Order: sequence, then structure tokens, then C-alpha cells
Amino acid sequence: MKKSFKLVDLDCANCARKMEDAIKKLDGVNDATVSFLTQKMTVDADDGRFDDIMKQVVKCCKRVEPDCEIVLK
Amino acid sequence: MTRKEKKALARILAAGALLIAVSIWKPEGYIALAAYLVPYAVVGWDVLWKAVRNIAHGQVFDENFLMALATVGALALGEYSEAVGVMLFYQVGELFQTHAVGQSRKSIAALMDIRPDTATVERDGAFVEADPEEVAVGDVIQVKPGEKVPLDGVVLTGTSTLDTAALTGESVPRRIAEGDEIVSGCVNLSGVLTIRVTKPFGESTVAKILELVENAASKKAQAENFITRFARVYTPAVVIGAVCLALIPPLFTGGWATWVHRALIFLVISCPCALVISIPLAFFGGIGGASRRGILVKGGNYLEKLAQVKVAVFDKTGTLTKGEFEVAAVHPAAGVTEDMLLESAALAEQYSTHPIAQSLLRAYGKAPDPARAADVSEVAGQGVTALVDGEKVAAGNRRLMQTQGLDAPEDGCAGTVVHVARAGQYMGHILIADGVKETTPAAIRELKERGIRTVMLTGDAQAVGDAVGKELGLDEVHGGLLPGDKVDRLEAILAQKDPKSALAYVGDGVNDAPVLSRADVGVAMGAMGSDAALEAADVVLMDDDLGKLVQAMDVARKCSRIVKENIVFALGVKGLFLILGAFGLASMWEAVFADVGVAVIAIINSGRMLRTK
Repeated sequence: MKKSFKLVDLDCANCARKMEDAIKKLDGVNDATVSFLTQKMTVDADDGRFDDIMKQVVKCCKRVEPDCEIVLK
Repeated sequence: MTRKEKKALARILAAGALLIAVSIWKPEGYIALAAYLVPYAVVGWDVLWKAVRNIAHGQVFDENFLMALATVGALALGEYSEAVGVMLFYQVGELFQTHAVGQSRKSIAALMDIRPDTATVERDGAFVEADPEEVAVGDVIQVKPGEKVPLDGVVLTGTSTLDTAALTGESVPRRIAEGDEIVSGCVNLSGVLTIRVTKPFGESTVAKILELVENAASKKAQAENFITRFARVYTPAVVIGAVCLALIPPLFTGGWATWVHRALIFLVISCPCALVISIPLAFFGGIGGASRRGILVKGGNYLEKLAQVKVAVFDKTGTLTKGEFEVAAVHPAAGVTEDMLLESAALAEQYSTHPIAQSLLRAYGKAPDPARAADVSEVAGQGVTALVDGEKVAAGNRRLMQTQGLDAPEDGCAGTVVHVARAGQYMGHILIADGVKETTPAAIRELKERGIRTVMLTGDAQAVGDAVGKELGLDEVHGGLLPGDKVDRLEAILAQKDPKSALAYVGDGVNDAPVLSRADVGVAMGAMGSDAALEAADVVLMDDDLGKLVQAMDVARKCSRIVKENIVFALGVKGLFLILGAFGLASMWEAVFADVGVAVIAIINSGRMLRTK
């Protein structure tokens, strides 16, 4: 399943790149992109565990770039 | 400026003023350190705080940390004003970057402002405002002049003209009347329209286009991937270089302070920001600018490929030509006028629904009188015979003429030839061909000016293809191809071309999906309202104008030039300052100027992509 999320306060392009790298390495994540320009993140992850994986993603972002917040709908 | 930016600016100004004050005052010893720490803290506390926090999260090569380390190092070496100045300029650079990128982002958003906010929908006999997403298929909506069409549908009542510029980049208004299909995203210019909705918002043209452009950012160009890989190793490499520079030379020469100072210069230039921002910005701007002209590019990778195209392969029907038959020439026999010939043919063919008959009737221009034709019979594979004004008329191919005992001359022309005989006399023949679009010749010429080889693939006979090819000056024509053959032929062309260049295939996207996907860049045209084309192609031209392909290539080439400029410039300047720094020829001031300056210039350069006329 592929879903996209809005990001708030994503301030630096290099951080976006680092977030993307870190999210891609998470277990169950097939692919991820963090776009600094659109301030959006798309995550492609296993269907069954999507919500769990998203929790991991949020945690991971907090670690890499604490200023940036993911808007989970 | 946003509030955040204003705050940052205020801090920079305050710190700048304090720094000047302290420099004039010139305190000594520990008082000096304390005095310089004030502007340092004002301008850099957040950098220090983030550095500490990110270290706690295990982020070692964080730019905040590196800046903090460089400036604290300078303070420790007693270079107080330098430490404050470097922090100050770093923040100026950050502010400028945020602002410039924010501006670019806004102008791209404005470019893609085609999303309708509300729909006026009929509920219980009255029209009320609603969210377009809440309108169901079959609902009736009303669009007043000046409003955007919110959903795809069919016009029930009203006639109007539509501004399709937001979708196609074409400024000539399009007429629309009852029964016509209407696409969302157009602006209604003159009359009130009521429309029956045929697609939910999520599947409407507007939603599809927006989704496509937004997703485009996730398909990265090679240049972007290169920058990502580069950024991953650049910072650690520079930091390791700094450590080596601080530790190794002093073992032999001494002078620890000098070498540590030089190492700190490395840290100042260690952020790859200039590249990491400006390269995606260039692609994003290119995609945004192209979409404004009615060219949808599905990813940075395709934009990059488009710039490398050296071979353009076209489908004939519907791409180079109009895709509809037209009378191209009327050749009456001796003693017969063109009008007589055309009239006889049109009267005999008036009941036929065949496209050729339709084209004859269009050329005739008048409504044929049904009373003048009787006994119409179609002869399968040959044509028709009928009694027109009491005389027997036969219209069809040479075989039909032979059955009438006439010998029709061979015509070398490409296209379909309709021979006409009346009362046993040969009257002449009419040439029917699929005409070339008005915009095609100029587009082909411009492609050739850009050094692109043009090839046409067609299912029509080679002679028909050759005629079109000659008219347009195409380099190669391959005719008589079945759909499966087209893929094989494309493979052959792919194998011949220079491996560094790319091949674009341009088709209507309806029945050439395999070929579109096989080409390096698949371009579908005339996609307004055609889902198949939107799905299958990498680049979608929203209307039928082949000139859009040339525009798309120009955008792509400009984009790839800017990307190259930025990469060479940023790497060059950074490399230069690393060398100068290592030999003690550059001060920390100059290094931070170089770093921030490169980022700003690269961003401005990328911003040029947005300014497309």
C-alpha cells in the first residue's frame, strides 16, 4: 500500500534526504520518498502492518529530524 | 516573508549590530570572550541546541553539529570575531535558502493551481455549493462564467467557450455546446452551463493531473540519485579529512593551533546543501513549468531522458496526421468539371457511413438530395453503385471500374482513390488521404534543427507512409506494420542508436501502449480526457499539437543544463576551498562565504526553471 503524508516544518533538504534514507531502511517499508519541495512523504509498505510501520516511521523521523512533524490523517 | 523568517532576520540583525559594537569596543582577555559570546548566542543558540539534541539521537554528521564544532573550535582558538561572523553568515545563508526555496515552492504551487474549490450541485431542485469530492456520478452541476469546471461530465444545457490554458497551455478558447464532453480544470468563459457528472472527483482529469505532477517528484532523475549518493559520502569524507588535517601534519611540523584552524575551515564547507536543494529544485521547476504549458512529465528521470533524445519515432495516424480522411485532390477526366465529379460521387455515397463516404460528403459541402439517388447498392470491397438522376453511377476502386467495363488509370498518389463512372463513361477520380496536421510540419522542422532523427511507423501501406514522410521530410518511414511489428521495429531502432542518447516514441496512447512503454520516453498526445494515454505514457501532451513535444524537449534541455552547471559549480568551488583551506590560503570567513554563496547562486540558477514564458 502506498500512502502520502504532509510534513510540517521540514526545513532542510539534507534532512529530508536523511529521513528518506532512514525510513527506507525500516523493516516492512518497500519504498519511501521525502520531498523537500512538496513537503510530502510517500511511504510504500506492507498492507497488513501499515499502521505499525507508520508508527516506526514517525519515531524514526523524530530521531533524524525532531523539528519536522508528520501529519497522520 | 513568513513569521519564522522575520524572526530569523531580526536575530541576524541584532547579532550583527552587537558584533560591530563589540569590535569597536575591543575588550581584552576573558571580558572579550564574554562580550563576543553575546552575539554568538543570539544568532547561534538554536544551532548549538540542535547539535546537542541530534548528537543524542546519534546523528553525528549533522550540519548543525558541524557548524557548532567549527565555531566553538574557533572560540577555543581565541578567534572570537571569526566564530561569531561564521555563525552569522551561516544563518544568513540558511535564511536566504529558506526564503528562496519557499518562493519557488509557492510559484510552482501557483502554476498548478487547477484544483477547483467548490462545485455548484443540484440538490432537491436548487443549486447549492458543495465540495467537489462530495459530488457523485450522475449529479447535475452548474458552472457560471468565470468559474472552473470542477468535475468531468457531459453538457446538458448551455453553450459557452472554455479557457483550457491551465490544462493545455493553449490560449485559444474552445467552443462547447449541449452534448459535448467537458473536462474539469477548464475555465468557463461566457455562458452558464449545466453538466451531468460522469466521473467522481478522484478520477476526474484535474485530480489525475495533480496526482501525476505531485508523484513526479518521487521518480528521481539520475542526477538526483547521484547527488543523494554523493551527499551520503561527502560530509563524512570532509569531516574525516578535517580530523586528519588537525592531527597528522602537526605531528611532524608542530603548530597545532594553525592546523586545527585549517581543519575547522573544512567543517564549514562540509554541508552538501547547495546541491541537495538546487538539483531537485531544477527538476521540480521544470516539471511545474512544463505542466503549465500542457505538458505533463511523470518524473525527473523522464525530463532528464527527454533532454538526451536523439531519435524521435512517431505513429502516423492521429499523431502526425489528423486521423480523419479528407478529400486531398479531385482529378476529373477530360470534359468533366470537378464539381460534377464530386457531386456524382457524393450523391451515390450519401447513405454510406464509411469514413471515405463521409469525407466525400464533407468535400461536397451541400446536403445531398436523397430524391436524386436510387437503387443504391454497396459492392463489398469495391465501392457503391446507384442510379443518380436516372443515370447509373459507380464510385469505388479500379476493380469496380473493371466490372463496369472501364479501365481506370493507375494513380501513383498515396492514399485511397475513388474512381467514378457515370452512364458508362469514366469521369475521373478523387484522392482521399489522411491530412497532415497544420502544426506538424513546423514541429518536425524544429526537431530536425535540434539534430533529432525522425522516424515514422505506420500500419498503412509503405506508399502511403512514404508520401507523408516526403511531405514532412522525415528521415525514415516504416510502413505496413502490424501492432506487434511496431515493437520489433522499435527494438531494432533502439539497438542502432547511440547508447548514450535516448529514443522518444510519440503516439496517441490508445493502441500503442506496448511501444510507448518500450521506448526510453513514451510520449502520448491529445490526452485531454483520454485515460489510456495518461496511464501509458511517461510524458503526456494535453492537446494535439506536436509543437508541444519541441517545447517539452527545450524545457528538458534547459533543465539538464542548469543541473550540470550547478553540479560543476558547487563541486568546483567547494573543492577549491577545501584545497585553499588545507594550505592555509583561505580564512574561515572566506570559506563560509563560499559555502553560503554557492548554495544561494545554485538555488537562484535553478529558479530560472520556473521562469518559463
